[in-house]
Amino acid sequence: MGIVEAILLTVITAATPLVIAALGELVTERSGVLNLGVEGMMIIGAVCAFVATQQTGSPYIGIIAGTVSGALFSLLFGFLTLTLVANQVATGLALTILGLGVSGMIGEPYSGQSGAKLPQIVFPFLSDIPYLGPLLFKQDLIFYLSIVLIFAVNWFLFKTRTGLMLRSVGDSHSSAHALGINVIRTRYLAVLFGGACAGLAGAQFSLVYTPQWTENMSAGRGWIALALVVFASWRPWRVVIGGYLFGAVSISQLHAQAFGIGIPSQFLSALPYLATVAVLIVISHNRRTTLINTPASLGKSFVPDR
Amino acid sequence: MRIELEKRPKVSVLFSIFSPFIALALTLIAGAIMFFLLGKDPGYALYSFFIEPLTEVWSLHELAIKAGPLILIAVGLSVCYRSNNWNIGAEGQFIMGAIAGSILPVVFYEWQSPLVLPLMLLLGMLGGALFAGIPAFLKAHLNTNEILTSLMLVYVAQLFLDWLVRGPWRNPGGLNFPETRTFAADAILPEMVASGRAHWGFAFAIIAAVLIWLMMRFTLKGFEITVLGQSERAGRFAGFSSRKMIWFSMLLSGALAGLAGISEVSGAIQQLRPVISPGYGFTAIIVAFLGRLNPLGIVASGLVLALTYLGGEAAQLSLGVSDKVTRVFQGLLLFFVLSCDTLIHYKIRMVWADLTDTVKDGGAN
Amino acid sequence: MKKLLFALASTVAVLGFTAAASAQDKAKICFMYVGSHTDGGYSQAHDLGRLDLEKALGDKIETQFLENVPEGPDAERALERLARSGCNLIFSTSFGFMDATVKIAEKFPDVKFEHATGYKSGPNLANYNSRFYEGRYIQGQIAAKVSKTGVAGYIASFPIPEVVMGINAFVVGARSVNPDFKIKVVWANTWFDPGKEADAAKALIDQGVDILTQHTDTTAPMQVAAERGAKAFGQASDMIKAGPETQLTAIVDTWGTYYIKRTQLLLDGKWETASSWDGLKDGILKMAPYTNMPDDVKKMAEETEAKIKSGELKPFTGPLKKQDGSEWLAAGVSSDDGTLLGMNFYVEGVDDKLPQ
Repeated sequence: MGIVEAILLTVITAATPLVIAALGELVTERSGVLNLGVEGMMIIGAVCAFVATQQTGSPYIGIIAGTVSGALFSLLFGFLTLTLVANQVATGLALTILGLGVSGMIGEPYSGQSGAKLPQIVFPFLSDIPYLGPLLFKQDLIFYLSIVLIFAVNWFLFKTRTGLMLRSVGDSHSSAHALGINVIRTRYLAVLFGGACAGLAGAQFSLVYTPQWTENMSAGRGWIALALVVFASWRPWRVVIGGYLFGAVSISQLHAQAFGIGIPSQFLSALPYLATVAVLIVISHNRRTTLINTPASLGKSFVPDR
Repeated sequence: MRIELEKRPKVSVLFSIFSPFIALALTLIAGAIMFFLLGKDPGYALYSFFIEPLTEVWSLHELAIKAGPLILIAVGLSVCYRSNNWNIGAEGQFIMGAIAGSILPVVFYEWQSPLVLPLMLLLGMLGGALFAGIPAFLKAHLNTNEILTSLMLVYVAQLFLDWLVRGPWRNPGGLNFPETRTFAADAILPEMVASGRAHWGFAFAIIAAVLIWLMMRFTLKGFEITVLGQSERAGRFAGFSSRKMIWFSMLLSGALAGLAGISEVSGAIQQLRPVISPGYGFTAIIVAFLGRLNPLGIVASGLVLALTYLGGEAAQLSLGVSDKVTRVFQGLLLFFVLSCDTLIHYKIRMVWADLTDTVKDGGAN
Repeated sequence: MKKLLFALASTVAVLGFTAAASAQDKAKICFMYVGSHTDGGYSQAHDLGRLDLEKALGDKIETQFLENVPEGPDAERALERLARSGCNLIFSTSFGFMDATVKIAEKFPDVKFEHATGYKSGPNLANYNSRFYEGRYIQGQIAAKVSKTGVAGYIASFPIPEVVMGINAFVVGARSVNPDFKIKVVWANTWFDPGKEADAAKALIDQGVDILTQHTDTTAPMQVAAERGAKAFGQASDMIKAGPETQLTAIVDTWGTYYIKRTQLLLDGKWETASSWDGLKDGILKMAPYTNMPDDVKKMAEETEAKIKSGELKPFTGPLKKQDGSEWLAAGVSSDDGTLLGMNFYVEGVDDKLPQ
């Protein structure tokens, strides 16, 4: 394996959870709900996936546990913001605090253990393709799921009637309601989907990225996923590009250090964040395209008149 | 079963006053259950959390030290959020304020004069405001989302501080440990009263809260903020500029966060270190919302949140519970407060009708 | 609002207020950690020390701890709370707690304080540290023998003297065996981020390193090394479970010996302030079993360990040059502790520019 392939593999591992969580959040936000609790749902997914794997010995049950627990946790957010119309920003932040606390409590007996790593699924023949084979066809289930998710989310949002309804709820909940769409139900499902994705991303941490449980192991990556959604101006493919770009910049700064170039490491560590800001500026410079894609009702509560 | 909300014709005064208490009661009940399940005496646990820290003078001082920066930052944020500008990078502005204010005692440490401290505070506000000016400029002129730019800049500020205290600003007499020289007496924010170590930062927070409350309530600027926040279009018809408002609210909140930063460094830490904030800028966002974006409400919510930190430590010692329990408890409190506030604007009805009529339309899957 | 708050909580308090008093005649020994007591790294190592202390002197003392205490004003408050809650001896276990500990120690002259890895002391404030670098020297020697590529990778946290000292000790050790040995350093700028540590480990291995050592806290680099077929050294605790076929040895922090020694002095009424910097011979750090290496390498490591314990070998002994080629120590001269504690330069052979 050449060094370029090796680097790309590392980038893929680093970018996969970001892409998954960001795709989930994208669907949530497209329905007009801003859930800032991605970090909290992610860490809950990570701890539940790890505990389930250690208990049953099967990382696949771990994946399910992570996904389901993320979804259930997001239900709490949904109940507060959708049923009780609490402020979304504050509730999302509270969800993160609660998630970090609860995951710490659940995971306490498991910290320091090494878990089983999710096995690779190798596609015969395809994995022998030079360069691309080992990168794309010799991966774990969560990576393949992330690829499926990209296509599925894109297809769902822009090619199906339900997707259109979801977007119309996000653009103007009152008009959608007038058209007979159940706004609250649609948003609940979108929040659940976002939670499930964040939970799956969390499972990737504790089963693939670093097969172990340590408190606070997501280390702020949920926030990056949130940034990616806006960075992508709510387009699925741009989320993917953004996620891999962010992964690439953070990995290459480590390589730059290992090569021994004499720039202070703090500046290199700041690079991914500065790059995100720079790309954001470039993308949002064109006011018209940004406005078209931004869900107009984002962050606003909806109470149906009865 | 289904829960339905019905908008009240006007805001319920009764529930405006009582919803925090209902929330507190629910938190106490949920907390009692949690502690009971953990095998701890619930009464004693809640006593440790909410009463013990208030029974001693030193502890009240600590409460003021912890609440000061939270309130100061949150008050500035409330102006931002009311005008629909989502600055979530107060943590970075706090740090940059602390750095800018520390230029005098760290770089020009030989200059001693009573002017040092006031200038430091001004520089701190300037530093915070300038750093908040970056997302403000990007939003006002390049249309870039401020939530993200302000958040990304937090990491940049943290790493910049890290580089400064390990590199150019490192204390030459400190055995190469990552910290600046300690501030001279002139550069230290004094204690308010002799009975403990609470410094003037808390007073700044209270003054700022009152001033901003007056501004929001009695001035045209306050009206402008509210109108633009509710509807940009309506604001434009009234002749208000949303671009100017971006600048105003971001610079104001940045300046207050910067003031909080330099007050913290000059009053409590007295030197710069790689880490000077345990996440004040983020916690302040919650404080702002718990206080319902009302500056006086923020004073109360800042004190309550600070109390849970102190109470968490007291509980760790007296009960031997881990600090994760503290965080879960904080999370519960926030959830209850947020959900009880619904009662102010809405009546809640339980509907026991069947669900068939609501299941027809589609949703995400 | 606050009145009702009082009323509500005190009602509940009165209802359920029962057991609070603890045995007052036992000495109370308290600990303050910067991380969680189950972080699997630095803070947990101190907590294991606390448990050792309880095991050894449990009938005469009780222990308490505060965890996840942020450095700065929070540390000051937490220490004051400990001092007021009746602690007789307080171990403040992170460098960043130093100034807070100094202030509180002055305020509570009757309580004894001990601060880890700092340099300030007072009449009732001692400081203590561990000569981790002795272990790093042995690791360097092992790396130079075992490595096939002649390059080791070092995942570092922050450029403080403690970490720089570790890097230098590793290189000096390696070069005592193979004068051409090189290391690559990656600064993760974190003590604790498994993902980033794993990424750093992969980056180093991709660049031709076949031995990893780390000065960060999680087992993630060990797992990566295991996966990629490299070898690695554990940090702070024995990480053999994360890499049964990967770990060569580990520096295990065994603070318990120190805690027992100091508490015993307190109980005997003989506690005095001190600045102690204990090493392998005092048992404040131990080497995990030497595994996954040929017998001759193991033998060499054991011999070096014995020599360091007996004082025959001091890792930083000349002739040694600094990175720029200038002379640091002449032949036969050993470095003084002051230079080590404030170390801000690399020795020859480090392939990195020290962040300044």
